[in-house]
Amino acid sequence: MHLTPEENAILAGSSGPAAQKAMRILETLGRIYGAKHMLPITSVQISGVSYANLGEAGLEWLADMAEGGGKAQVLTTLNPAGMDVENYRALGIDEAFAENQRRVLSAFEKMGVITTCSCTPYLFGNLPRFGEHIAWAESSAVCFANSVLGARTNREGGPSALAAALTGRTPAYNYHLDQNRQPTVHVRVDASLSGTHDFGALGKAIGDRLQSLKLAQLVPLITGITEASLETLKSFCASIATYGGVALFHIPGLTPEANAFEIPPADLVIHQRELDQARADLLQTTAEEVDFVSLGCPHLSLKEIQRIAQLIEGKRVTKEFWITTSRPVKGMADRMGYTQIIEAAGAKFATDTCCVVAPIEGRFIAMATDSAKACYYAYAKNHFKTRLLSFDQVIREATQ
Amino acid sequence: MKLEGRTIFPGQAQGFALVSKMGISFYGGVDPQTGVITEAGHDLEGQTIAGKVLVYPRGKGSTVGSYVLYRLKKNNCAPLAIVNAETETITAVGCIIAEIPCIDRVDLSQLHTGDRVSVDADQGILMG
Repeated sequence: MHLTPEENAILAGSSGPAAQKAMRILETLGRIYGAKHMLPITSVQISGVSYANLGEAGLEWLADMAEGGGKAQVLTTLNPAGMDVENYRALGIDEAFAENQRRVLSAFEKMGVITTCSCTPYLFGNLPRFGEHIAWAESSAVCFANSVLGARTNREGGPSALAAALTGRTPAYNYHLDQNRQPTVHVRVDASLSGTHDFGALGKAIGDRLQSLKLAQLVPLITGITEASLETLKSFCASIATYGGVALFHIPGLTPEANAFEIPPADLVIHQRELDQARADLLQTTAEEVDFVSLGCPHLSLKEIQRIAQLIEGKRVTKEFWITTSRPVKGMADRMGYTQIIEAAGAKFATDTCCVVAPIEGRFIAMATDSAKACYYAYAKNHFKTRLLSFDQVIREATQ
Repeated sequence: MKLEGRTIFPGQAQGFALVSKMGISFYGGVDPQTGVITEAGHDLEGQTIAGKVLVYPRGKGSTVGSYVLYRLKKNNCAPLAIVNAETETITAVGCIIAEIPCIDRVDLSQLHTGDRVSVDADQGILMG
């Protein structure tokens, strides 16, 4: 792998121990994956923020990197934390956890990382343009950036994303290169899709089938989807990344690189019955058993919060109901009075965090949501049964 | 026996091999306090990776796994060295931040649990 004189100097320690360690990570990954050189990047999204996942050692490593003079060289934002930074008490997070979570955030802040704590950085200013090379972690955001925006990123982990931030570089391999962005499988969808829950179920249906094909490179070209919104694409990206490990897909007419490719005959078809089956798989329990309701995986857009306010106004929620979103979007909801309406109904904002990374294992029996990704983690990590419903139906059942 | 591979992270180690035919997910699959493999149905379930030359084809699972290797090192429960068929990002990054010698592209079929081996990760060589 060719390194520039400046990159070699960083590797030798010229920019301090943190940048040296960062360059060592990138150089090793580049060597493993056969990169010929580094690429300058313009944006980073870092995962591995919840203290529940990092533990004391992870926190210590971040603190060492901050102590070692690490400074973000490009716009760098942060994934959800394990708690709402301002409102954690109302969500049942204890003081000891809160203190440790604050230490994590302060290590990032010291390195110049913007402590957004959200999985949807593209909704508030970390919005790479078409063709831009970036280094993002968070599988749903990676999939969105590659597929919907047409930016170029590999699926980074927490440390490799931080390494990219501290050096402003990433090794040139996989999704950064034209040849690896070509579709490898054509999926035709022959089913009707009505909202975020349907797009999430579709992500699961496709993801499960793709996993069984055992392809070395998974870049589906998907036909048969003619309409999608920001919100349904956000849901779809989260789901197909969770269930299928997909980091890049193309949909002719909807995503920007799709028209560059020929459409081959379909390798697999998703029929209505397979979509229905995926939905049924995530509908594991009755409305009566649900004791936890969650909207906001990925973090809600302003339009989604507006919709909750419309449906919930004047009603009363009967279960623990978390609304997870980013601090900037919550700020606009505050200004518009949506927050007040929603909180008056008894639902809680869990800003900066989400039901995937918050330490809520074992706290509930069954969760209702519109998110197929949230269902996966609720079941696998927190041992809740799941009830996948449409966005509106989640709110209706929560207020019955 | 001399097996040649590729350096992922340099360093030297001597010890007993612990060999798995399965992928290892460090996040969720290994107890960071003890080094014991906890994944149900894993061929090393219940065994500790602490102080062993850990041999497995490749890592799997969440990228948080890199931090688990770092936690194991801080808790004195890390493997002495890691030997893979093909090292992927989670293991590679974990070895770099935890400073665990690591080599890959080694013919794992030659290795068995309990073999006394020495790893020279500077040269990318394993001697048994």
